[in-house]
Amino acid sequence: MNRRQFFRTCAAGLGGSSIAMLGFSPQPVLAQVRGFKLARTTETRSTCPYCSVSCGVIMYTLGDNAKNNKPSIIHVEGDPDHPVNRGTLCPKGAGLLDMIHSPNRLKYPEVREAKSKEWRRISWDEAYTRIAKHMKEDRDKNFITKNDKGVTVNRWNTTAMLASSAASNESGYLTVKSARGMGMTAFDTQARI
Amino acid sequence: MTNSWVDIKNADLVLIMGGNAAEAHPCGFKWVTEAMQQRNAKLVVVDPRFTRSAAVADYYAPIRVGTDIAFLAGVINYMLSNDKVHMEYVKTYTNATFLVNDKFSFENGFFTGYDEGKRSYDKSTWGYQRDKSKDEFVMVDETMQSPNCVYQLMKKHYSRYTPELVSKICGTPKDAFLKVAGFIAGTHTPDRVMTILYALGWTQHSVGSQNIRAMAMIQLLLGNMGRAGGGVNALRGHANVQGITDMCLYSEVLPGYLGAPTDADTTREDYLKVRTPKPLRPNQMNFPQNFPKWHTSLMKAWFGDAANKDNNFAYDMMPKRDTAYDALAIFERMYQGKVNGFLCQGFNPLAAIPNKKKLGIAFAKLKFLVVMDPLQTETAEFWKNFTDFNNVETDKIETEVFRLPATCFAEETGSFTNSSRVLQWHQRATEPPGEAKTDAEIMASLFMRMRDLYKKDGGTFPDAIVNMAWAYSNPNNPAPEEVAREFNGKALGDVMAPPDPKNPKEPPKVLVKAGEQLPGFAMLRDDGSTSCGNWLYCGSWSQAGNNMARRDTSDPSGLGVYPNWGFSWPANRRVLYNRAGADPAGKPWDPKRKGIAWNGTAWAGSDVPDIAPALGPDSGAGPFIMTPEGVGRLFAVGLMAEGPFPEHYEPFETPVGVNLMCPSNAKAVSNPAARVYKGDMEQFGKMAEFPYAATTYRLTEHHHFWTKNARANAATQPAQFVEIGDELAKEKGIANGQMVKVRSNRGEIKAVAVVTKRIKALEVNGKKVHTVGIPIHWGFIGLAKSGYLSNTLTPFVGDANSQTPEFKAFLVNVEKA
Repeated sequence: MNRRQFFRTCAAGLGGSSIAMLGFSPQPVLAQVRGFKLARTTETRSTCPYCSVSCGVIMYTLGDNAKNNKPSIIHVEGDPDHPVNRGTLCPKGAGLLDMIHSPNRLKYPEVREAKSKEWRRISWDEAYTRIAKHMKEDRDKNFITKNDKGVTVNRWNTTAMLASSAASNESGYLTVKSARGMGMTAFDTQARI
Repeated sequence: MTNSWVDIKNADLVLIMGGNAAEAHPCGFKWVTEAMQQRNAKLVVVDPRFTRSAAVADYYAPIRVGTDIAFLAGVINYMLSNDKVHMEYVKTYTNATFLVNDKFSFENGFFTGYDEGKRSYDKSTWGYQRDKSKDEFVMVDETMQSPNCVYQLMKKHYSRYTPELVSKICGTPKDAFLKVAGFIAGTHTPDRVMTILYALGWTQHSVGSQNIRAMAMIQLLLGNMGRAGGGVNALRGHANVQGITDMCLYSEVLPGYLGAPTDADTTREDYLKVRTPKPLRPNQMNFPQNFPKWHTSLMKAWFGDAANKDNNFAYDMMPKRDTAYDALAIFERMYQGKVNGFLCQGFNPLAAIPNKKKLGIAFAKLKFLVVMDPLQTETAEFWKNFTDFNNVETDKIETEVFRLPATCFAEETGSFTNSSRVLQWHQRATEPPGEAKTDAEIMASLFMRMRDLYKKDGGTFPDAIVNMAWAYSNPNNPAPEEVAREFNGKALGDVMAPPDPKNPKEPPKVLVKAGEQLPGFAMLRDDGSTSCGNWLYCGSWSQAGNNMARRDTSDPSGLGVYPNWGFSWPANRRVLYNRAGADPAGKPWDPKRKGIAWNGTAWAGSDVPDIAPALGPDSGAGPFIMTPEGVGRLFAVGLMAEGPFPEHYEPFETPVGVNLMCPSNAKAVSNPAARVYKGDMEQFGKMAEFPYAATTYRLTEHHHFWTKNARANAATQPAQFVEIGDELAKEKGIANGQMVKVRSNRGEIKAVAVVTKRIKALEVNGKKVHTVGIPIHWGFIGLAKSGYLSNTLTPFVGDANSQTPEFKAFLVNVEKA
């Protein structure tokens, strides 16, 4: 939002609420100026992904899911029904829209080859194929089935993993299930830090 | 959190120490404000900086970084010597009356059994006296007069922490310390309750776990555990840091905090035996006795039919751990060249683990690195030269790096567990950008690739990979609903009620029909008839549906319980240990804040009882059902690395150079049981060269290293700065806004100096100690102005128990740049 948009939004909000206080519905008045964008959006309730106060948020998505019409979130605000945050958001949460639309979001799988100075875009298939090949080679070579006392230990500790503490429970569950299934012991999470 | 965000409104006193809720958790902090306005609650803040939490507090006391245990130990001494403890609670609900091994002692900085070479303790004397004639139960002294009872040992241990000595160590003026101690001790009566809110300011120390234990002891002594408005409340820092902890994505445990097998657990029988405790006192619930049910149900969820009685429920399919594999240990291994591949999911360790220089060297030794993240991160580009911010020789780094685009919260469906243990479901609101995929899909697809390769080509020990239960409708992208149902658990066969002792001939009743979702963990069995991916989350998706998606805003008790909003583990319980919120006879300590009460036949009230519903006051069962003692532990037996009582140790980089609690013992200056790797010890700075205490912190406008990528946040705090007090600025001739160089023994950063009155110099052991504040939010990637990663400065050492790095207390020097 630039400076001008900011003032325009504030003015519209002010005008709207004072008219509403007088007992008039502001909608027809505003409609004469400009269509109210949020009226055409889909509301989705979600949880702020930052700290674990886990404020309820409402995301407003524009786009009707028709073919060639890619939906886009145009507004995020606090969920007034949420028992904890009651509609409020902090300075971090107030910037959520800019996080979703950050120009630094990654869009495609990429690889940086050994000694290279740059990224190269690759397909998901190539990424999975190459990574799985690396992992299997390392696992087959370094997997420990028995320790020096002859106890079955079935561990793989030469490929390590650090898991996200911003991923969902479902994602976390699949992550730990597959990591343990492969025998990983060098496995930790950001949650420790 | 043992309690909940909204429950803070029920407190009479809010203590914020080791955290800064007003800036780091603003929308949760509103419940502090609510308590202050509606109940006339008082807010007390103890912090090295005069934070915005302090700015609205009734009382603020400064403290030197890394000395919280000395402060809290002083509070314990104050409470014990002024009879400000809740004596009935202490006698009946804690181990105060328990007798301790008579060989246990503490002398000059060490508890019994210290091994200097191993930097660890032989804990054999840190136990109770057991009665061989009575089921090995612990012996007690109800009068609490025995010098070997926990109460007397505790009293003796903490009598050393006089207000004068506390002030000398912490730099807190004596009158300020006494004022805070008075506030805290004032809540020892049943009609007053204190809550404590803390965060990384307590955990990120080499004595982090003991900081929290010290406070847990205070809350037990005051009778504030299990009560509305009370508890020990960790304010956690990521949306799902609690959920990922509960799911146990770390090496020591399996989902639901089930200790993971180690090399010592050679058979399943041994493994279960050492983790299934026997009660230590008569008539206790000893809830961990259910361990075999939780573990067997987990193995059924993970391996299905391939986990059965004939193969010990797939016991050997799980890896056994031989050593530590926490993040610091992993990077040490990587640094030593013992790690070839590294998968990094939604995590920026080049910025988030201490000692950036060491990390950069470690990364360059990898053969391959896989980064899955919604954003560009410094970690993914550790090989790229960003001049002073990351001065590396790209063409010498042979690591192959894959960067995979992941979705953010707005583009995925699933549940997050908030700090107060409430699981809340969210729906995706839009499509991901470009070809980004969810973390779940990326992991599942990689796992399926591996599985296909092992099925096709064979390889080392394919058994677990090939046999893992993976019957999702799309194996490459399991639906979150399917996964949530799996970790809740279901009945594989009919779950039967145990035979009724009154009518043994009655045919047993079916509690849950085969195929149905389980209503709660009481239904779990150890015979393979139930599956459950995380016993703590059992009940989150019952036969009634997705309880995490519930949005009932009613609060019948008015205490902020919201029993039908989401699902709170365990068993939808909102206040942990709530049995302790009632007196031994079953009446609430304070009738105005009634959690649960005994109604003559059962426990009932505004919350789910934290005890078997029919186990009445006459049963003798204690309220802390997760301990085999049935009571809270003032003496931690052998569970902590550095001692059963929290003891003050200096940070590894100390601006005083001596531990005033044992000045003649040079080996107990800092935590004697903390793990320090070779090379890191040598890299600790000394106060002669680095005279200033330093601490890292967070700003209200930023979230860790993410929001530097969001325009609004980057605009509000665009450039790196360090905060110094005006006295230090004057001494060094540094003006507000001037560039300064901050140097530790591991590296240096340059940043703008912000000179404030918020960080004051403190009088410590007769000398002045200045503190430098270092906000962490910048790096060489992002929309904000490029800056240095603050972990360039921080030491590579962690808490002796949790291995959480010591980011909150180290030494630096500051000069004009």
